[in-house]
Amino acid sequence: MRSEETPRLIGADGLGALFTALRDRGYTVVGPTLRDGAVVLAELDSAGQLPSGWSADTEAGRYRSRRREDGAVFAHCAGPVSAKTFVHPPRARLWSADRNPDGSVSAAGPDAPAKRFAFVGVHPCDIAALGVLDRVLAGGEHPDPVYTARRDGTFVVVAECTEPAATCFCTSMGTGPAATAGFDIAITELLDGGHRFLARGGSPAGTEVLAALPSVPAGAEDTAAATAAVERAAAAISRHMPDEPLPALMTASRESPRWADVASRCLTCGNCTMVCPTCFCTSTEDVTDLTGQHTEHQRHWDSCFSLDFSYLHGGPVRTSTASRYRQWMSHKLGTWQEQFGMSGCVGCGRCIAWCPAGIDITEEAAALAAARLEDAP
Amino acid sequence: MITLAVWKFASCDGCQLSLLDCEDELLAVAGQVRIAHFLEASREVLPGPYDVSLVEGSITTAADAERIRAIRDASRVLVTLGACANAGGIQALRNSADVAEYASAVYARPDYLDTLATSTPIAAHVDVDYELHGCPIDKGQLLETITALLAGRKPNLPAHSVCFDCKRRNNVCVVVAHGEPCLGPVTRAGCGAICPAFGRGCFGCFGPAETPNGPAEADLLRAHGMSGDDIRRLYRTFTVSAFAEVAGDAS
Ligand code: SF4
Ligand code: SF4
Ligand code: SF4
Ligand code: SF4
Repeated sequence: MRSEETPRLIGADGLGALFTALRDRGYTVVGPTLRDGAVVLAELDSAGQLPSGWSADTEAGRYRSRRREDGAVFAHCAGPVSAKTFVHPPRARLWSADRNPDGSVSAAGPDAPAKRFAFVGVHPCDIAALGVLDRVLAGGEHPDPVYTARRDGTFVVVAECTEPAATCFCTSMGTGPAATAGFDIAITELLDGGHRFLARGGSPAGTEVLAALPSVPAGAEDTAAATAAVERAAAAISRHMPDEPLPALMTASRESPRWADVASRCLTCGNCTMVCPTCFCTSTEDVTDLTGQHTEHQRHWDSCFSLDFSYLHGGPVRTSTASRYRQWMSHKLGTWQEQFGMSGCVGCGRCIAWCPAGIDITEEAAALAAARLEDAP
Repeated sequence: MITLAVWKFASCDGCQLSLLDCEDELLAVAGQVRIAHFLEASREVLPGPYDVSLVEGSITTAADAERIRAIRDASRVLVTLGACANAGGIQALRNSADVAEYASAVYARPDYLDTLATSTPIAAHVDVDYELHGCPIDKGQLLETITALLAGRKPNLPAHSVCFDCKRRNNVCVVVAHGEPCLGPVTRAGCGAICPAFGRGCFGCFGPAETPNGPAEADLLRAHGMSGDDIRRLYRTFTVSAFAEVAGDAS
């Protein structure tokens, strides 16, 4: 639902003021920046670190950053780092215990960051992914304290998508390219007729920050240009999920011959689950020190692509690659729905771009759908 | 206090050096462990049995094959260190060649040599409790193993691919972003994905991961410009015999 208030127009240099306003309010800004040839999310000190003039071309198993002349800041998608890295970190301490000189034991809970994050320039699918993590990690009976300590009080500046990548399919998942909810400020980058941003508040905190930035009321033309840019983006999206209920497709495909086919290509490397902004699985381990006086219970990202991940009494239960790929895809598109009442996939395309083998979840879904049609009497 | 012994077979000494390389932790290790046999560090040699033996190197002579059995008998826990001890090392290149021909090409008096035709891992001769992979091993994994044995728990030694660690430390994938060949998807984690962190592909020094897909990795390497010969050489750098099956070699 678009806010009824008149959007504001911010100049190209207004991002510096946004960074200052957020830092003044105690936020640690996390935003896109170019590192090692990719646009990654990282803690940023200034707007000067934003990837001004960089786009990314993606395809299955391929990502290339590309220089552009127009200075666009948010014209990139599907970078390898998502907001998950900050709110659900790759490694975290759940508790620690120390033996004191008098023999007693003292314990401490999870490490909590002394930071409040402001995500700047994440895309609408990333907000949807945060919504999924909110449901999974904080929406149940036992909210995860590591997650809530990082996620509570975050500030989100979403950049609506005007240049989707070839790997994006948010339109199939209903998550983009327009921003509809879950943000404090939404901005739309406009390039034709001068580099500027249309901005609207999505929360009282967002409206307050927006009021602190140099801006003018957006004219009808700017608003229309922003709407048109996002509509063009929607039309430019070239990848799609089959147009049918995906949980039913996954259930019907349990014995599909397609699993053996994808298993011949899949490296079980785990990259897809690691880059996925909603995959939340972890394993825990005890880390002791040499003196035996200090121990930590740590958890780290894990993945259904590892053999040990399905280790139960007596051995792992998902030994074949086919069973592991099927677990990943059935969870993302099917069983997540039963478990959490939503899709586990938001259509960001990261798993497609960052799979070294170029395995494409939309193509696999289409193949399953086609195989089922062949099976039909 | 547990007793620790360090043994060397055919190897370069790099792995046992990792123990001395634990600079910051070395005193703490020395405080918890009685070093009973470690010729690289001390001339003092105590008789067995030993609680923990760390074994470096591969078996390349008949005398070695005898010695490793004696070490096994004298050790409660036996941990092998590195690509040589776990897979025969670079010297296992001889396994698919003629060792007599090699010897005559290298040595003025090959008749002075008394060597086996193959270089084999320790596990081909005796039971091994834990294997620390790598060329050389990772110092963190060594400390983790010693610490775990002190505490009486299982060491945390992952068997999944390097890619897991690569993503956990936010590296940008060199394959996807730069078209560089990388053995990470089929290689066992444990190094912390150092090579990709410095912008180059993994060269597989930790040996194969738990379930490597050799043909799919070969397709990937070919797609990024490697010839069949390049691929064979890449797999044959550090853990020739361990990767033989992954690489599709008969040897
Ligand atoms: S499954 Fe793939 S496309 Fe869907 S949210 Fe995860 S990474 Fe993005
Ligand atoms: S797809 Fe796999 S890694 Fe991702 S949430 Fe599901 S089980 Fe976990
Ligand atoms: S689908 Fe791709 S990224 Fe995922 S485990 Fe298989 S090869 Fe790796
Ligand atoms: S750089 Fe290599 S190890 Fe890292 S994710 Fe890519 S393929 Fe895996």
